[in-house]
Amino acid sequence: MSRYSMHILVCGGTGCKSSDSDILVEKLKKELDKQGLGETVQVIMTGCFGFCEKGPIVKVMPDNTFYTQVKPSDAEEIVEEHIVKGRKIDHLLYTDPETSKHITDSNRMGFYKKQMRIALRNCGFIDPERIDEYIARDGYMALGKVLSEQTPEETIALMKSSGLRGRGGAGFPVGLKWEFARNNVSDKKYVVCNADEGDPGAFMDRSILEGDPHSVLEAMAIIGYCIGADEGYIYIRAEYPLAIARLKTALNQAREYGLLGKDIMGSGFNFDIGLKYGAGAFVCGEETALIHSMEGERGEPTLKPPFPAESGYLGKPTNVNNVETLANVAPILLKGAEWFSSIGTEKSKGTKVFALAGQINNVGLIEVPMGTTLREVIFEIGGGIKDGKKFKAVQTGGPSGGCLTEKHLDTPIDYENLVENGSMMGSGGMIVMDEDDCMVSIAKYYLDFTVEESCGKCAPCRIGNKRLHELLERICEGKGETADLDRLRNLGEVIKDTSLCGLGQSSPNPVLSTLDNFYDEYTSHVHDKKCAAGVCKDLMEYFILEEHCVGCTACARACPVGAISGERKELHVVNPDTCIKCGACLEKCKFDAVILK
Amino acid sequence: MSTVKIELRKDQIEKIHEFCDEFNNEHGELINVLHKTQQAFGYLPAEVQEVIADKMRLPVAKVYGVVTFYSFFTMIPKGEFPVSICTGTACYVRGAENVLSEFKKQLDIEVGETSADGRFSLSCLRCVGACGLAPVVLVGEKTYGRVAPDDVKEIIEEYRS
Repeated sequence: MSRYSMHILVCGGTGCKSSDSDILVEKLKKELDKQGLGETVQVIMTGCFGFCEKGPIVKVMPDNTFYTQVKPSDAEEIVEEHIVKGRKIDHLLYTDPETSKHITDSNRMGFYKKQMRIALRNCGFIDPERIDEYIARDGYMALGKVLSEQTPEETIALMKSSGLRGRGGAGFPVGLKWEFARNNVSDKKYVVCNADEGDPGAFMDRSILEGDPHSVLEAMAIIGYCIGADEGYIYIRAEYPLAIARLKTALNQAREYGLLGKDIMGSGFNFDIGLKYGAGAFVCGEETALIHSMEGERGEPTLKPPFPAESGYLGKPTNVNNVETLANVAPILLKGAEWFSSIGTEKSKGTKVFALAGQINNVGLIEVPMGTTLREVIFEIGGGIKDGKKFKAVQTGGPSGGCLTEKHLDTPIDYENLVENGSMMGSGGMIVMDEDDCMVSIAKYYLDFTVEESCGKCAPCRIGNKRLHELLERICEGKGETADLDRLRNLGEVIKDTSLCGLGQSSPNPVLSTLDNFYDEYTSHVHDKKCAAGVCKDLMEYFILEEHCVGCTACARACPVGAISGERKELHVVNPDTCIKCGACLEKCKFDAVILK
Repeated sequence: MSTVKIELRKDQIEKIHEFCDEFNNEHGELINVLHKTQQAFGYLPAEVQEVIADKMRLPVAKVYGVVTFYSFFTMIPKGEFPVSICTGTACYVRGAENVLSEFKKQLDIEVGETSADGRFSLSCLRCVGACGLAPVVLVGEKTYGRVAPDDVKEIIEEYRS
């Protein structure tokens, strides 16, 4: 790398790639060659910078200039103006929404200021397809240190005292999990990385795999050493082609460097990793279901115990950790347990990555210390609600989580606080909603997901969620009755208490938390047959605006049930009792006079 | 299973056998075999499943059970241009439903169906991880971001010509 004096880092995450960042890289290279700079300035395609809202992102080093929304057509200007003449390009710089001033240094931007990157430390800094860049940032040093200086017991003790908890959802202490797997005696053990990120709206695992695949491989090898396994598997969604390609490249490079395979670093320790593909089943995020899927079966969960640490893949002791958890391992081993446990809250140590999305200005991937408040995340990092609308709720934890409201905004985020308020950490999806979102339909949306994804093995989840969904559907169609609200709650509690796995045990959370926090929205759907947010179409009525209607009669002629009356060249009126809400009038009207309200 | 019977050619059967052999006919590799086969054939009709079951010495019911369990596997052939609308939460709250109904209307098909001329098929998927571009639509490998119902016609036209 030393022969290059400048680097242009271009985001190669899925979001930016979808906005042609790969074409941008090609154009930048071409322009540099044209200027004869191909040998002195290097263009690197990195992993996700996190600021997806403003993508594609380009960062010029060493002068640390951060460009946003760069198009392939900007390549020429970047090379000619910035690289050759050293002049920063104002219109590509980020504009601070408060001061309206350009900011060149990303560390001074609201989006990055409060962030602290441990799991995402290399995303956006290194070329994920070159192992040398990972090594240059202390990569594989933790593995070397463990293999040469520490016993497995010492390493596990260190992990335990660091306080790292599983980032996949439940937050089980990581060191303890490793210890269980180590203590089970067997001729064969397995290390599994759970990369089956099925939570809609969460993409942190994908970004880590795309942006820093070696951090996962290194951690898996360390676990192999600690529990006494020589074989590992990454179970990854087939829907993530870019992450799969980068993992394959990383695996080959690691083997070539002797960091995977036989006798790693001359220590006598053998470890190699294979890939297993998921095929689109949310329930496979549950570890027993995941293991069945790895064995080529339907991904149905089984009752625990036995835990995978006792009997997992092919009946052997297996340690399953999620991607983000693994990305935290190497820094803890290098910087020490004390450093890690100094970050965060009393029971939740370190940082957490959140995928911030929905009605928010700065959609993206963020990493903050545990204990940061929702207000800081949504309003400081997230830049507040889109189009100046009013904040209504934030849904955390995906389909298993719940909705939190205004009154929770100052609650520090950690595992315990989220559960206490009826939600959960989950994998870290964070969807922000504004005044135009209907909470009843949001609950229905999540139930829709659960019904589709329930594996069908246990009755509470298979049948109960279907009934919950039907109740919500009735309410959204204006056919709900008061007793339905109690039915929702009772049924939800039963499903929670009696389901076999984590999916069913948490699936009623979106319903129960919205019942708790937005009960008046439910009652207005049920009693007044109104949807204040204007989302539930069946609760709205077609209405003709006096100031727009010219009396052309088109709507009356289009109406199949004769619900529209009015003379030619006079205002027409919809009779709500006859109207079947087919929408034919709205479609026919050329004057935008027909509205739904 | 599907009612239309397909006659597999000899070379097609051989191809499927090759995939099974590649994974040593190991039962634990069934999902990988199915991935490979679907990649080659575009979908997994009953007849293909029978060949796999026979070759791997598995009950057909078992193969069928796995195929129908995972949403990635399909028993209906996809169109020449498969249209997928992301209905992940981020896209949902930014109006994916309206985009979906516009596609249904324009293509005159429901989700999971293929248009009569075999050119377009419509499906929903949950989160492609490009939430910054919500709502997102995929046509084949190409991603369209921040799609509004009004853009739908234009997107389809791109492939019709």
